[in-house]
Amino acid sequence: MSEAIPAETVLDVKNLQTVFFTNSGLFRAVDDVSFSVRRGETLAIVGESGCGKSVSALSIMRLVPDPPGRIVGGSVTLEGTDLLKLDDAAMRSIRGNRISMIFQEPMTSLNPVMRIGDQIIEAVRLHQKVSSKEAWKQAVDMLRLVRIPEPERRAQEYPHQLSGGMRQRAMIAMALACRPALLIADEPTTALDVTIQAQILALIVDLQQRLGTGLILITHDLGVVAQTAQRVIVMYAGKKVEEATVESLFETPLHPYTRGLMASIPAVPSPDAKADVRLVEIPGMVPSLTRLPPGCAFAPRCKLAIDRCRQEYPPLDEVKSNHWAACWRAGEMAEAS
Amino acid sequence: MTEQRPLLEVTDLVKHYAVRGGVLRRQVGTVHAVDGVSFALGAGETLGLVGESGCGKSTVARTVLRLVEPTSGAIKLDGEDIAPLSKTALRPYRRSMQIVFQDPFASLNPRMTAGDIVGEPLTVHGIATGAKKQERVAELFQQVGLRPDQMKNFPHQFSGGQRQRICIARALSLGPRLIVCDEPVSALDVSIQAQVINLLIDLQRKQNFSYLFIAHDLAVVAHISHRVAVMYLGRIVEIADKHELFANPRHPYTQALLASVPIADPKAKRTAPLIDGDVPSPINPPSGCAFHTRCPYAIDRCKTERPMLQAAGTAHQVACWLNDGTGRSE
Amino acid sequence: MATINFDSELRRAGANATGGWGRLAFLAQRHVLGTVGLIIMLLFVLTAIFADLISRYDPLTVDSAHRLAPPSMLHWFGTDSFGRDVWSRIIHGARISLAVGIGSTTLGATLGVIVGLASGYLSGWVDLVFQRVTDILQSLPLLVLALVMTAALGPSLPNVILAIAIPLIPTVARVIRANTLALREQPFVEAAKSIGMSEMRIALRHVLPNTIAPLIVLATAQLGSTILTEASLSFLGLGIPEPYPSWGRMLSESAAEYVRTAPWLVIFPGIAISLAVFGTNLFGDALRDILDPRQRG
Repeated sequence: MSEAIPAETVLDVKNLQTVFFTNSGLFRAVDDVSFSVRRGETLAIVGESGCGKSVSALSIMRLVPDPPGRIVGGSVTLEGTDLLKLDDAAMRSIRGNRISMIFQEPMTSLNPVMRIGDQIIEAVRLHQKVSSKEAWKQAVDMLRLVRIPEPERRAQEYPHQLSGGMRQRAMIAMALACRPALLIADEPTTALDVTIQAQILALIVDLQQRLGTGLILITHDLGVVAQTAQRVIVMYAGKKVEEATVESLFETPLHPYTRGLMASIPAVPSPDAKADVRLVEIPGMVPSLTRLPPGCAFAPRCKLAIDRCRQEYPPLDEVKSNHWAACWRAGEMAEAS
Repeated sequence: MTEQRPLLEVTDLVKHYAVRGGVLRRQVGTVHAVDGVSFALGAGETLGLVGESGCGKSTVARTVLRLVEPTSGAIKLDGEDIAPLSKTALRPYRRSMQIVFQDPFASLNPRMTAGDIVGEPLTVHGIATGAKKQERVAELFQQVGLRPDQMKNFPHQFSGGQRQRICIARALSLGPRLIVCDEPVSALDVSIQAQVINLLIDLQRKQNFSYLFIAHDLAVVAHISHRVAVMYLGRIVEIADKHELFANPRHPYTQALLASVPIADPKAKRTAPLIDGDVPSPINPPSGCAFHTRCPYAIDRCKTERPMLQAAGTAHQVACWLNDGTGRSE
Repeated sequence: MATINFDSELRRAGANATGGWGRLAFLAQRHVLGTVGLIIMLLFVLTAIFADLISRYDPLTVDSAHRLAPPSMLHWFGTDSFGRDVWSRIIHGARISLAVGIGSTTLGATLGVIVGLASGYLSGWVDLVFQRVTDILQSLPLLVLALVMTAALGPSLPNVILAIAIPLIPTVARVIRANTLALREQPFVEAAKSIGMSEMRIALRHVLPNTIAPLIVLATAQLGSTILTEASLSFLGLGIPEPYPSWGRMLSESAAEYVRTAPWLVIFPGIAISLAVFGTNLFGDALRDILDPRQRG
């Protein structure tokens, strides 16, 4: 890397390209995507299923299943090291140590026949030389940190003895045990109930700010984004279509897809809301990644599409300060609002 | 909805499951999945049923349709109690009530064409066969926004949203008066959810059937429902007209639920989580009010006496001992 | 990062495979061993069908002038102690093996499907009875059970088929029952109930068609073992009666006496049995990978 990366940048992803070779053709799951995460910052990646948000995360972890997947271009720089150039052993020493990941389903991500404490110890001792006694103490401390009541007793228990919310807390404890520089949370609360979701999100944000961890939050829920992230990137059909600070994005979304998403979620009605308003639909469906239209992938569903959209893919321009959008008509939209 | 007689009237519905353990499979406990639920649903009305996982909302849905046998209670469809009916006696009633499931991938037989799936109820009830059936299926396809030439395709050739449309067409085929929707959009992408919700609303306006709409997403329920019931551990804790419920929630659980929904506006200040801990197990649920273990406002009475639904304003009932049984005012 | 040839990667993933034949060619390339198995099986079937054309002598004709002749241009695989041509006997033996293999697998699978479907779908006491009977049947080895049955019924082709089919029932019934239990919980079965469909129709229209793939996988896997069981029964003198050529009997007649003096009498039938079983097993494995990837292990 010849370019200087700002000192506080934890992760810098440049022109990442991940493809899948499948029997129905080439899937460009992540197509030329760049983003960075700073210390203590939360970056949300938003999009619908198949937009490439989860594959981006797996690419950073170098956990894309091969075959059929392959990272074919770009760089993933974590604290100055390009992860894509590391050998497998070096990559293993990074995973779970400098980068951790938490998944949607806390039950399947924990080993059912291992005690919670032992699972955290395993994560710690893989990367740090500590005595088993010291590691157990750390495990209990981690459980206390994620506010699991009676951590000494819970450490002795097995995953099935914990409730869904507790398990996700244990997962977070495990992920943060080595104080990683970057935490990737892939739909961490989607499987949880709203009241538990509120607790877990509050916990993640609080811990991340206290420990200075960079956080990538992958979600489809714009409410979660608005409440937790500082910056947001919106993905559609493998490409980054918009990037902005959370305030700017929600105030003036500049990509018609982002606008469509925001309009299509029903709001919890306030007392003065009009009854039975039709939701705004985005017509059609997400295109198949093997048969992307020429030009902008969103054009066939876009009300604002003009001829140019169907022929040429728009560049990702900084339409407003710190607000990028890949749309030929973003400039007009910025002026109009 | 001021109907003479409600289309569906559920009274004291109870569903208990035995928990068996040990070598001899003796009963060691009881899951109180549904524990005395009562509600009424008028013609052309939508009642939303919300609650967190394990609150029993899906069991209510399945019990109402007799896909799960109720332990006790009455399920009156058009004044006729269908709970005690035998399977054969129940069959004609099946035409009046249908269900749309959450998972559009698992709810279609992968080895049947979409047209056969939608037309099957017509065959089973001997309504139409041959060309007449094909015609009716084509009509149903158009009603739900699919093309009749897609009838010969298999489920895997459709997207999630389209599959849910097939499920809706199947539910419509018998001309039902009640459609139970069990989380019909929660497996769909956000941009597709809106399409399906709009379709459900449009169909109801045209055909005037009722929905019992079950979801965990408050915003979706609020959007589609006329009235909303909130469930917690097998019981309805609050039921009210939609606007009344969201403007003036009275049960501390409803209040916590509403406060927990993340609002898609970064300027809306994040409130600290109102309630702690997890939902207790429905095996041996807490005594008294089941919510008292997590309720910050619980009084002594809540621990011992179970509150029943009581009027707390117009078209508003709550089961809470606070303020003489009218719940907590915010 | 090494440069990646997108075209060759895609070809490997099967993206250019179009149409029925293209797809078949791709699968053949992907599962080389399975293709080998399929070829062996096809040869085996063709041999059985055209046995009269391929064999050079009548397999039953005794020729005392040429007893125990070693392999030669005249008798490719030599002759046995009665002077019968071994090549011709092996060719005709394929008929017996195939008839028994396909016959008993089909019979066993059909009965197994009925038992499994009833057991899984009806549950309750029906299931309980079927399950315990299955347990008892499975506690006896396939061969012992078949032995007892042929001994009781007497050796003949239909009896051998029956004797081998019955021990297959529990294996098939188990798999079908497990599948049925899983399918019963599927929402599409619940949807069928909610439209008021009868249990029988649900079982036949919605459950059964969805168990076909695992059934085919299982039946192919069992084909090899049925061929082997037939050979064992015949070897023990309880299979197909004389003078019909069965590979197992050919082995038993010659093994003890002639293994030193006329090894071709042992080697060639042995190879025939192994090849047939090997072929069906290779094909069965590939079929499982293609149709039912979850069972891989």
